[in-house]
Amino acid sequence: MISIRNITKRYGGGSASILAVDGVSLEVGAGEVLGFLGPNGAGKSTTMKMVTGFLTPTSGTAVVCGRDVVEDPVGVKSAIGYLPEGAPNYPDMTARSFLDFIARVRGLSGAEKKRKVDAVVERVHIGGVLRQPIETLSKGFKRRVGLAQAMLHDPPVLILDEPTDGLDPNQKHEVRHVIRAMADRGDSGRAVVLSTHILEEVEAICTRAVIIAKGRVLVDGTPAQLRAMSKYHNAVSVTLVPPINAAGEPVNLAGELATMKWVAEVEDQGVRHVPVSPAGPGGPRQSCTLLAKGGRPLLADVTSLAKSRGWTIETVSVEAGRLDDVFRELTQKEHVRAGGAA
Amino acid sequence: MIGLWPVFRRELSGYFTTPVALVFIVIFLFLSGIFTFQIGKFFEAGQADLSAFFTFHPWLYLFLIPAVSMRLWAEERKTGTIELLLTLPISLPAAVLGKYLAAWAFTGIALLLTFPVWITVNYLGQPDNGVILAGYLGSLLMAGAFLAIGSCISATTKSQVIAFIISVVVCLLFMLAGLKEVQGFVSGWLPLEAVQVVGGFSFLTRFESVAKGVLDLRDIVFFVSIIATFVAATAVVVNMKKAE
Repeated sequence: MISIRNITKRYGGGSASILAVDGVSLEVGAGEVLGFLGPNGAGKSTTMKMVTGFLTPTSGTAVVCGRDVVEDPVGVKSAIGYLPEGAPNYPDMTARSFLDFIARVRGLSGAEKKRKVDAVVERVHIGGVLRQPIETLSKGFKRRVGLAQAMLHDPPVLILDEPTDGLDPNQKHEVRHVIRAMADRGDSGRAVVLSTHILEEVEAICTRAVIIAKGRVLVDGTPAQLRAMSKYHNAVSVTLVPPINAAGEPVNLAGELATMKWVAEVEDQGVRHVPVSPAGPGGPRQSCTLLAKGGRPLLADVTSLAKSRGWTIETVSVEAGRLDDVFRELTQKEHVRAGGAA
Repeated sequence: MIGLWPVFRRELSGYFTTPVALVFIVIFLFLSGIFTFQIGKFFEAGQADLSAFFTFHPWLYLFLIPAVSMRLWAEERKTGTIELLLTLPISLPAAVLGKYLAAWAFTGIALLLTFPVWITVNYLGQPDNGVILAGYLGSLLMAGAFLAIGSCISATTKSQVIAFIISVVVCLLFMLAGLKEVQGFVSGWLPLEAVQVVGGFSFLTRFESVAKGVLDLRDIVFFVSIIATFVAATAVVVNMKKAE
């Protein structure tokens, strides 16, 4: 539904020009929810602004629902619902008149306009604040009005620039809920693109994640694939209580675990003392985290080792991988490389 | 021009949902009253026409029109709504024209509300109402020209204060271009033809005859071309500056 073709944006000219987006190509199909990730200034917003026809690409183009944004910007704009960064709105207008305005610009009138506005109001739950000027609304409600504006005409393509930025955890949860409900309307087969730098958001709602930095696509995969790139993928954390073996001697936990075949690295959290609590007896605990070589599963090996040594394991957990870890590693590596080149 | 009408409607109703409309109209009516009756000596002149009323319109517009035009684009750019507006399925000319026409319609409403002056003069004497109508049309056209200039300047900045000040200065230059002092200044270093061209841009000179009720076709063409030029320039500037 969205086909971004080698899109490039250069601000300014001559030696002072800034390459904000450097040949990004992407395909987004119906039913996909694509999370656009990257550090600030990576080119996420600029890419979205070009796809939505706000900025003209320096080169390349984007095709949305078969229409080319460079040749037919108005055609593309009518197929897209767009929430710009910060959800701008006209503060003096009431939510109702604002949505009416958007509906009219989108060519809706009469009963159909009323039906669509009512439907979207229902969907984002802003029925109670329709008569209030938007400037008097809380941030969460303002954002919902912004979402309503973007979704009002039931667009096949929804582009949201940092839809949850600056909201409190409850508001974030609600907005995500609305977006997921929007994407799940499987019958219509919508494509959703949202930018964020909150990684839990990608896990919560995205079917696909793209990391960009310095205007270029670094990774394109499912959130699970991304997590698998983490060094913590399939890592096992073990806590022993008490940290002694059957003979009553202190255990060299880190040392023993490091000898295991598929362990790449052991992070030793050492021994710490836990006070008595309803959750369990007090006393010393010893913990380690094992990073798996090539992401191999380690749990079976760890439990058999513990059994043979006579350790009492209090807790053991397997990590799926940490997205922010992958994110940091990828984008900072890029940063160092670029810095070194300059 | 799909989308022009909704943009026009939103913009115009925007004036009336805020105190902007009330303040502007009250001040406009108050000042035009002072100019007509106190400074213009409408009663003392003892003539059944509105030249005392129209003569001061350029000076009234000089400060009041930039106050209307300053927010046209500066505010959209400041609050980021320009991104919302220009990603809706409307063309840039429709957005620019819709907003401009709304501002013009608003000043037109303010101008219409001066009708008690017209009633007064008709009550006191037998004025030529054709001449008065021509005066109103000329005044509306001049307001449109001021607005177009202000709209273009508003698109260059995010600051409404800067937009206001620059608009006042530029409008003042257009107004005074025909005065002896300005002509004397430019004739020092411009050829005679160029001096006449500069003089031809003078709103004040052109409006002098309009105030007396002589609405020349050349004056209409002049004001309409100023409007067209600056509205087109607004679209160019908005397109250039929208990314900032």
